[in-house]
Amino acid sequence: MKVTFPHMGNTYIPVKALLDELGIEYVIPPFNNKKALELGTKYAPEMACLPLKINLGNFIQAHELGADLILISGGCGPCRFGYYGEMHREILKDLGFNMEVFTLDISKKDISGFLRNIKRITGEFKPYKILKAIKKTAEVSKQVDELERLSFKIRPREIVKGSADRIYKSFQNSVLNKKGAKEIKELIDFTRKNLLDIETDKSLDPIKIGIVGEIYTTNDPFTNFRIESRLGNEGAEVMRPVTVSGWIIDHMIKKALGLKGDESYKEAAKPYLGAMIGGHTQETIGNTVLLAKDGYDGIIQILPLGCMPEIVSESILPSIERDLNIPVLTLIIDEMTGEAGYLTRIEAFVDLLKRRKEEGLIAGKRMLSWN
Amino acid sequence: MREKGCYLGIDVGSVSTNLVIIDSYGNILEKLYLKTGGQPIKAIRSGINILADVFGQSIDILGAGTTGSGRQLANVIIGSDIVKNEITSHAVAAQKLVPNVRTILEIGGQDSKIILVRNGVVYDFAMNTVCAAGTGSFLDRQASRLEIPIEEFGKYALSSTLAVRIAGRCAVFAESDMIHKQQTGHSIEDIINGLCEALVRNYMNNLAKGKELAEPIVFQGGVAANQGIVAAFERELKAKIIIPEYYDVMGAYGAALMAREKMRHKAYKTNFVGFDISKKDYKVSTMECHDCSNMCELIKIISDDVVLARWGDRCGKWSELDRNYGQVSLGH
Repeated sequence: MKVTFPHMGNTYIPVKALLDELGIEYVIPPFNNKKALELGTKYAPEMACLPLKINLGNFIQAHELGADLILISGGCGPCRFGYYGEMHREILKDLGFNMEVFTLDISKKDISGFLRNIKRITGEFKPYKILKAIKKTAEVSKQVDELERLSFKIRPREIVKGSADRIYKSFQNSVLNKKGAKEIKELIDFTRKNLLDIETDKSLDPIKIGIVGEIYTTNDPFTNFRIESRLGNEGAEVMRPVTVSGWIIDHMIKKALGLKGDESYKEAAKPYLGAMIGGHTQETIGNTVLLAKDGYDGIIQILPLGCMPEIVSESILPSIERDLNIPVLTLIIDEMTGEAGYLTRIEAFVDLLKRRKEEGLIAGKRMLSWN
Repeated sequence: MREKGCYLGIDVGSVSTNLVIIDSYGNILEKLYLKTGGQPIKAIRSGINILADVFGQSIDILGAGTTGSGRQLANVIIGSDIVKNEITSHAVAAQKLVPNVRTILEIGGQDSKIILVRNGVVYDFAMNTVCAAGTGSFLDRQASRLEIPIEEFGKYALSSTLAVRIAGRCAVFAESDMIHKQQTGHSIEDIINGLCEALVRNYMNNLAKGKELAEPIVFQGGVAANQGIVAAFERELKAKIIIPEYYDVMGAYGAALMAREKMRHKAYKTNFVGFDISKKDYKVSTMECHDCSNMCELIKIISDDVVLARWGDRCGKWSELDRNYGQVSLGH
């Protein structure tokens, strides 16, 4: 039995740590690529959203490498993701691939079912070992996110453009050759040091952009055309509140244990959206409000074409844009998205924010001199 | 008289390639509107050729700017000092001609945009995201299908008494709907008028939703020549629409103005290679890189056996080669 799992940005790093710790044999699909997208687009229903298509491509490519069991998490929110597992199972069956699909749906009601599933894969049931592995995974995922945030801060400030990209990319590749949480953490430490060694302009006050929206398209650089690296290299500091570790820790682990995660976004979203309506709408709305109040210069919302929850966010965002005076750019992605037009919008948005910031500084100075 | 200090702006768009020469005060000395015809390099070269014929040695180009979807390509060929996106270029040009402008409507060959300007800076913008219905190419196609010259197309709408309701959300459906209305016997004038209204409705729903369209409103881009669309916008917005004098070359004008601004602030020599580029030979070749699973499509621009630029790679290892970064290992 060889396990595989879908790609979503850096998710493969904590998942790798988990599987290593549990001693499960696995294959990581090739990084998201055009071929995977082509395969997924070919076999998925046309109206399915982009993440489903890419993941389908991941599974087919992993199958070529010998994988026969797919691990995916189930969606706890009422969005299409909830039935991805079933969709993938059926599509792969129709295509004649002999692959089992395991949905790890951790809900409060069925924690024993979740543990049963883990037992089936690990072939044994040692709660202590499993809990230890989960704890280490949570640590790894947290550190991966912290490393990413560090790269967001370095990119706009680095003197030699591309330095952070080079180090970060090398990390993403080398981590594949590490085994277990300990080795991965060592590589993270090494990479952090390298990033901190980059010469930066400390006096620079870059524009700050928050990225909100659907989790897959915001977190996966292949899907969003490396938006964070591009913005960083254009001189913008990026912040993306919804991260892999946040998802693993708040959404899966804490939920399973009946604990509450950081829910400040819910409070912030309240004037615009009072209830959870699926996907990450509440996060999108709440985080936009929080970032605007935190002095961010602009917000970019990303969603896959046809994403129901984010379509709702998209229609709410103009009100926040008006109320809190923060520009919002919405980018919709599907397999037909043309890179050129997409990049033009990003470039123009960065221009807009830079000019607004300059204008704001001038106006600010004027006000000071009046006092 | 030798004009001192001129600036060149080029806008390479999907449908037209526009060139503008301005003097040091920002006045337009010459403007060209050429069809790109799917061959941007050819269009750029013939544009430069025409300018060389008109001005010969009588002007000095102190700076050049490029914009439009072919801005990188134009930059490589002519050597520009500033490469800017269309939104910024259009806004800069509109503000020069209508200094107090607050709303800019722009419809070009393949895209449409709305730009809001407040206190002299671009405050917000939107660009069509999913469908190109209502842009210049679509109108071109409909005009030729109805065998009406595109220049006359808008006038037909003005003599209509009633606008037929056309489904304007998608270019393909709009065309079927127009054919259907023709078959049922509606007049061409009413159908064209209906189409203009549908396109404006589509624009308002897609781009302008939730935005405050304050006056003065400027309408530019090739489609601003269409009186039917202009009239439909005026009815919809209940406001006067200003069509600037150089509405069809605003992108190029903006690029020239930005080149002027940049070169005035900083005293360096222009990258512009000169008017004799038509003597050089340019080749474009494409290849697919198989070094990793991304399989990027690379574009290579070669002039007289020298590689000028490469782009299209996600990792940057090809494009960086020509920027004298030296070969760097980027993992996969």
